[in-house]
Amino acid sequence: MSNEWPLWEIFIRSQHGLAHKHVGSLHASDAAMAIKNARDVYTRRNEGVSIWAVRSADIVASSPGDKEALFEPAASKVYRHPTFFPMPDEVKHL
Amino acid sequence: MYAQMVDTGVKAVASRAEMSPEERAFQARIDADIKVEPKDWMPEAYRRTLIRQISQHAHSEIVGMLPEGNWVTRAPSLKRKAILMAKIQDEGGHGLYLYSAAETLGVSRDQMIADLHAGKAKYSSIFNYPTLTWADIGAIGWLVDGAAIMNQIPLCRCSYGPYARAMVRICKEESFHQRQGYDIMLSLARGTPEQKAMAQDALNRWWWPSLMMFGPPDAESVHSAQSAAWKIKILSNDELRQRFVDQTLPQAEYLRISVPDPDLRWNAERGHFDFGAIDWTEFHNVLRGNGPCNRDRLATRVRAWEDGAWVREAAMAHAGKLATRAAGQAKAA
Repeated sequence: MSNEWPLWEIFIRSQHGLAHKHVGSLHASDAAMAIKNARDVYTRRNEGVSIWAVRSADIVASSPGDKEALFEPAASKVYRHPTFFPMPDEVKHL
Repeated sequence: MYAQMVDTGVKAVASRAEMSPEERAFQARIDADIKVEPKDWMPEAYRRTLIRQISQHAHSEIVGMLPEGNWVTRAPSLKRKAILMAKIQDEGGHGLYLYSAAETLGVSRDQMIADLHAGKAKYSSIFNYPTLTWADIGAIGWLVDGAAIMNQIPLCRCSYGPYARAMVRICKEESFHQRQGYDIMLSLARGTPEQKAMAQDALNRWWWPSLMMFGPPDAESVHSAQSAAWKIKILSNDELRQRFVDQTLPQAEYLRISVPDPDLRWNAERGHFDFGAIDWTEFHNVLRGNGPCNRDRLATRVRAWEDGAWVREAAMAHAGKLATRAAGQAKAA
C-alpha cells in the first residue's frame, strides 16, 4: 500500500522544433520505466520525438502566494514590449 | 455520465453572505473563469467533490476496458482487432490522465484504487451491462462514447486546471472511439439480414442504459447546483440527455435501425425530440451493485490488482537495487 511507484512529470518535444512541453504525469518504479510508460501514455498519436521524465519530487515550483511579488513588477514595464514605441508609417523595417 | 450523482457533501449552496472571505475570493475567481490550480487555496468541499468526481471518471475509463476486452480475441478481422486494441489502450490512457489529475488534489493512486475495490468509489452504471455480440462493440463506441463526448466537451472548460487539461486530451481521442463504433454499425447495417438484426438488437439493449448514463434529472439536486456554482458541472443532466437524443436519432435513421422507444417523436414547438420515460428503478438498482455484471467487473479489477502485486513490488525492489549499486559505484570512484 505505502510502496507506491514514484510520480514522474513528463515533457514531450513535438516534431515542429518547439521546446519540450509538460503533458502530464505518471507512476513508474525507475527512470527507464518512466520513459517507456510515457511513450505508451503520451505519444500514441505521433505527439513527439523526444521525452523528458523528471521525478515530481525534484520539481521546485513557485508558490501561488508569491504570485504578486514575482510577477507584478513586470506589469508596469510596458516599455519592454516593442509595441510601446510608435513608429512613423513612412519608416520601414523597424 | 462517467461521473454520476457526485455527492458534494453540502446541504445548501452558500450565499455570498454566508461565505468566509477566502470562500468569497475563491468563488469570485471561479465566476471570472480563472482556473484553480493544485497549490491554490480551495474550499475543502470543492477538493473532496473533485476527488470523488475525477476518480469516479477514472474508474469508469478503467472498468470500461472490460466489456470491450471481451471481444478482442473474437473481433471479425485483424483490422477490427487492431482498432479495438487501440481503443481499449486509449481508455487505459484516459484513466491514467484522470488519476493523475485527481492526485494533484492530494489523494494517492493506491487510495483511489482501494476505494473502488471496497465499493466506496463508483464507476459509471453503463459498464455493468454485458457485451453479448460483436454489434455491442459498435453500439458502445457509437452510443456510450458519444454520450461521454457530450459531457466531456463542456468539462474542458471546468474550473479545475488539471481536470480541464486532461479533458482536452481525452476529447481529442474520444472522437476516434465514436467514429469507429459507428463504422462497425454501418458495416452491419449494410450487411446480411442477420447482421442487420444484430445491429438492431444491440441498439435495443444499449439505448436506455445510454440515456441513463447522464444520471437522473438534477433540477432540484443541491449537489448539482453546488457543482454548477463551482463550474465542475457545466450543463444539467437533462440538457445533456436531450442533446444526445437529438444528435443520435438521425444517426440511427441513417443506419435504418430504430430506437426502442414508442414515445419518441419530433416536437416542432420545442425544436427537440420528445422521448419516453426512463426506468430509474433499473438505474438505481445497477448503482446499488445489482446490474447484470457488477460483481464480475469488480472481481476482475480486484483480481488484476492482486495478481499484479508481485510485479509492482519486484519493480520497486529492482529500482532500489539499481540505486544502491549506482551509489556504491559513485563512492568507489
